[in-house]
Amino acid sequence: MSNVPGDLRYTKSHEWVRTLPDGSVEIGVTDHAQAALGDLVFVEVPETGREVAAGTAFAVVESVKAASDVYSPLGGEVLAGNDALAAQPELVNQDPYGQGWIARLKPASAAHVEALLDASQYAEHLASEA
Amino acid sequence: MAYIPHTEEDVRAMLEAIGAADLEALFDEIPPELKIDALRGVPPALSEMEVGRLMLDRADRDGRPLNFIGAGAYEHHIPAPVWAITTRGEIYSAYTPYQAEASQGTLQSIYEYQTMMASLTGMEVSNASLYDGASALAEACLMAVRANRRSKSSRILVPRSVNPTYRRCTEAIAGAQGLMLVDLPYDPRTGCAVLDALRAHEGEDITAVVLQQPNFFGQLEDVDAVTDWAHAQGAHVIAVVNPMSLALLRPPGEWGAGGVDIACGEGQPLGVPLSSGGPYFGFLTTRMEHVRQMPGRIVGRTVDLDGRSGFTLTLQAREQHIRRGKATSNICTNQGLLMTAATIYMALLGPAGLERVAGACIARTAELVDALTRIAGLRRAFDGPRFHEAVIQLDRPVQPVLAALAAQGIVGGLDLGRDYPELGNAMLVCATETRTSQDIERYASALAGILGRAAAA
Repeated sequence: MSNVPGDLRYTKSHEWVRTLPDGSVEIGVTDHAQAALGDLVFVEVPETGREVAAGTAFAVVESVKAASDVYSPLGGEVLAGNDALAAQPELVNQDPYGQGWIARLKPASAAHVEALLDASQYAEHLASEA
Repeated sequence: MAYIPHTEEDVRAMLEAIGAADLEALFDEIPPELKIDALRGVPPALSEMEVGRLMLDRADRDGRPLNFIGAGAYEHHIPAPVWAITTRGEIYSAYTPYQAEASQGTLQSIYEYQTMMASLTGMEVSNASLYDGASALAEACLMAVRANRRSKSSRILVPRSVNPTYRRCTEAIAGAQGLMLVDLPYDPRTGCAVLDALRAHEGEDITAVVLQQPNFFGQLEDVDAVTDWAHAQGAHVIAVVNPMSLALLRPPGEWGAGGVDIACGEGQPLGVPLSSGGPYFGFLTTRMEHVRQMPGRIVGRTVDLDGRSGFTLTLQAREQHIRRGKATSNICTNQGLLMTAATIYMALLGPAGLERVAGACIARTAELVDALTRIAGLRRAFDGPRFHEAVIQLDRPVQPVLAALAAQGIVGGLDLGRDYPELGNAMLVCATETRTSQDIERYASALAGILGRAAAA
């Protein structure tokens, strides 16, 4: 069973969202997603300053067997991409909820974060997909 | 590899296994109005003998003229081993094979090709080749839009000194995908891109600048100034180059302070015959940082489980069979046969041989330009250094003169009237290492005769 931390928000497309103390959010892909993708060989992170709408593909994760889009769970402005992933894409596999974060975003509205799935809803979603 | 078609029993067995009544049932999701029952306007089939005769008759119409046109396709001597080796059964193939890794020899020849092209252009990585030079530029422009993530405009500056066919082809392919090609003028004195016209775009969001070296007129552009200006603007630089010229000219990887981002062009000069216009092959090389945006196939070297060296298709997540609609390109093959010939040609000649051919081309063209401009009424249109082509202006319309030359078995040049009417009565001429002093003399005296007769009439 994959790890679903209780303090994060989630999407059905397997991204997670962490609200940081300054109101910005950190985004990555879930433990389930990294396991399904397999060993990552490349991550394309979004460029700083880019305005994204919720649901748009804003990053790409490429494994030895596939390349998949990562969708922004929220609308807002990209504050940073995780540049460490350029040299170490495997951080997403090793630490998906920590060092494997993909981007930080300034969300257009904090309320939208609350509308995302909570951990139990995401766990249910995983169970329904299995 | 043998081609073994399915027998009727095979087909029946397969249909039974999947529970389809007949072949037609497999296609019943296609609306009937989209189906056609026959290919209208297609004449009846011809026998092999009839086709052979037809093709010979058509080939004969080309004749064997003494050719002085380049303009993107160049008549070079091709040593006999090139095609003797290329057409051997072991490597005679049109494209990258299915189950590619089962064909290690083919993959190795592609790998050698990539190594040679990367080295020739001074770039870090090459793909396995594309269709031709014009579509390679279109692919390079699409690639620049993906690779230059800071730019949002999809605007690409293209001097009019870039091959007009390449510009039209790029407009047709990339224009339909939202790219905007912006024409830049050339200097009427030098035939090269006008730097001040570039600078007029200073501060704008520019995705890329295209520069051809030698340019369509055969003139040598100030590649360093353009490259450095473009990079200072945050624009990428796409070089269109003649691979033969790179034996002597500085490769695009060394243009300006940082080198270009993408180099592409037509590979035909490297061992591929003119053959009435094709097939040829395109090449495209880039820096490692952009490799994931590269179109086409890439072969890599790796080791197997026992640590032995081997070759494999690599970075396939860029490609259609994995990335579907978001692939970097719809091209998922290469021009295998022509690429193989080019690899053998380059291997046979080596760097010193290529340099000698390129040097001979420059010398032949200098001789041609001298011979032509000694004729009263003819002058070179542009000053400045050039490679193996030149624009010659006449004192009367070009077309009748070219027709009179053709009647004497001489293809005298390309009439520039359609693409560059502002140049007046101008034609583009070329002499490669295959043109002898006698050939040039024959051309010059025929032309003098035609102009003399026309003047007297």
